[in-house]
Amino acid sequence: MADEISTPSAPSTSRPEGSGSGSSGPGGRPPAGRPSGPGGGGRKFFRRKKVCKFCVEKIDAIHYRDVRLLQQFVAERGKIVPRRLTGVCTTHQRGLARAIKQARNIALLPFAARY
Amino acid sequence: MQRTYEIMFIVRPDILDEDLDKLIAGLEANITHGGGSIKSLEKLGRRKLAYTVKKFNDGNYVLLTILADGSLVGEIERRLRVSEPVIKFISVRMDEEEKRVAKIKAIRATRKKLSAQPAAAPAAPVEAAPAPASEAASA
Repeated sequence: MADEISTPSAPSTSRPEGSGSGSSGPGGRPPAGRPSGPGGGGRKFFRRKKVCKFCVEKIDAIHYRDVRLLQQFVAERGKIVPRRLTGVCTTHQRGLARAIKQARNIALLPFAARY
Repeated sequence: MQRTYEIMFIVRPDILDEDLDKLIAGLEANITHGGGSIKSLEKLGRRKLAYTVKKFNDGNYVLLTILADGSLVGEIERRLRVSEPVIKFISVRMDEEEKRVAKIKAIRATRKKLSAQPAAAPAAPVEAAPAPASEAASA
């Protein structure tokens, strides 16, 4: 059981170092082997706070016509990108989803992109 | 009750310009006869469709902003559905959204005034100054 608990923490500690220095791909093992020592290694990993584009740029109305704007929040296959990935706030995500669905209806955005 | 609606429709790409104008004119006449009024008419031109509609891969987009009753919009929708060159349409009610945006803008404007006002800036330190003093006195 103790192994199971320690293994998920190992990738999280090795990941920031991997992003820091490119040569630690195979060398990612040693830091993973001593998880007790640099416990703060995981802390050093700094994730930038995501901000809502609509709040920051003060875009009030999300209109189904501006495809340029909507396309930023649609994945390659035409899916609506979830909030946790884009950082859009709840209120705006709701409006955004509505606008995307309207745009799909009038063939401005695809329901499913072709491959 | 008169409300703002936006009606966007796609006309098949192989239609002639005169026919398109005729179609739009007919629709306009319909709206004005039904007691509505046209706020704006915009031909967005030919655009590629995101997916195939009735075997067409592109279409002429037309955007119509009108002031009309709900029943009139229903009638227009029926007409668009039966008219052969129109391959797709969408009607969206805009007035609530406009109201909401206007409200937000109004709130923002008042906030800006407070921060931008020169009178507010000197007033704040005066207010702030006695506050620490009273705090110190109480402490």
